[in-house]
Amino acid sequence: MIETRSRKQSGGSEEVIKTVQFSVLRYDPKTLPAPRVDSFNVPVTKGLTVLDGLHYIKENLDSSLAWRYSCRMGVCGSCGMFINSYPRLACNTQVLELKTDTVHLKPLPNFDIIKDLVPDLSVLFEKHRSVRPFIVRRDVSIDELPSGEFFQSVEELERYLQFTYCIKCGLCMAACPTVATDRRYLGPQPLTQAYRYDIDSRDDGSDERKEEALGSHGAFRCHFAGACSEVCPKGVDPALGIQLSKRRAFVASLGLLPKKRLAAVAPPVTSAKRREGTPDAPERTVR
Amino acid sequence: MRTRESTLWTWHLLAGAVILVLLGLHMFIMHLSGLGGSGEEDVLSYSSVMERSRALAFVIVYILLLGVALYHGLYGFRKIVFELTLSEGVERAVTVLIVLLGLALFVIGSYATITAYAM
Repeated sequence: MIETRSRKQSGGSEEVIKTVQFSVLRYDPKTLPAPRVDSFNVPVTKGLTVLDGLHYIKENLDSSLAWRYSCRMGVCGSCGMFINSYPRLACNTQVLELKTDTVHLKPLPNFDIIKDLVPDLSVLFEKHRSVRPFIVRRDVSIDELPSGEFFQSVEELERYLQFTYCIKCGLCMAACPTVATDRRYLGPQPLTQAYRYDIDSRDDGSDERKEEALGSHGAFRCHFAGACSEVCPKGVDPALGIQLSKRRAFVASLGLLPKKRLAAVAPPVTSAKRREGTPDAPERTVR
Repeated sequence: MRTRESTLWTWHLLAGAVILVLLGLHMFIMHLSGLGGSGEEDVLSYSSVMERSRALAFVIVYILLLGVALYHGLYGFRKIVFELTLSEGVERAVTVLIVLLGLALFVIGSYATITAYAM
């Protein structure tokens, strides 16, 4: 249903380009026996995101609509939902770019529904936690070095850098066909994070992650559909991470994996010796 | 870094590579050896089949191909079955059944090959 209008929105100054129908799946497991679909007409201005549209519905049409959001700028990963049968962040999706007259909204698949568009991401966080996604060291206690640092070269950083951009939005898990069929499969997000720490030169925890990441429902269950990488809003390539993880396991199984050279702990900056030839700092201009 | 599953999966990959070579050899002998002049009937005739069956090299190749093909196929089948989100106990039972099935088929196949060799 298209309604082209040229009027000023109340309280706004932007021109309404058309009215788009938001077709939203509604479900509350506590009160509704089955999901239903509600439709709302939303006046769309240039740059209006799906998240803005949901705010419009909540403020003007149905205050009981539930969804999750926080930052509104593609950083927190809270507003992931199934938009026109594709997992996307609502804040990162402009309605006009969808080029449709109806926007179909559903909660992310492969997760239980808490209410309406709110998926239960606790499974994702549990799986994420199970791969110990932090620096593990045996030779030095991280707790004893709360402000300490490790030496790491730029090349070592770049090996895993892209995988650190994950915001745990769950879109990759929603897109993964293996997660859809095998609920015990770890999934692209935790597997990629396991690989991210495994190849970090500061980390020595591969052995503690291997039972989860390389177990019977770990990396070897990936079919390499690549849907996870396709939908990631941050440009992370989980499918690549999983394939590299498999390759690493293959090389390790043949006994050919080189021993990891662990990054050394850097001494405190205050105890660092000044390099020869370093010029003096300029005199302070403000006292 | 090594786990039971990563070892099984590594064998699965290596078995695939071996299949590629042995199956390629088999296909070449069965379908392309006629390029040298002899027809396909010759390759499939009783005397040709028995001649190959009595050659030790063929017996070794056939048994090896049987073993790697069974391992590769049954590991893949196990992988598909595991996607049904089974409990750990059921998964263990499936693994045992598949191992027994693989061993039985390997024994039957090897018996047939060795019997033909001895004929």
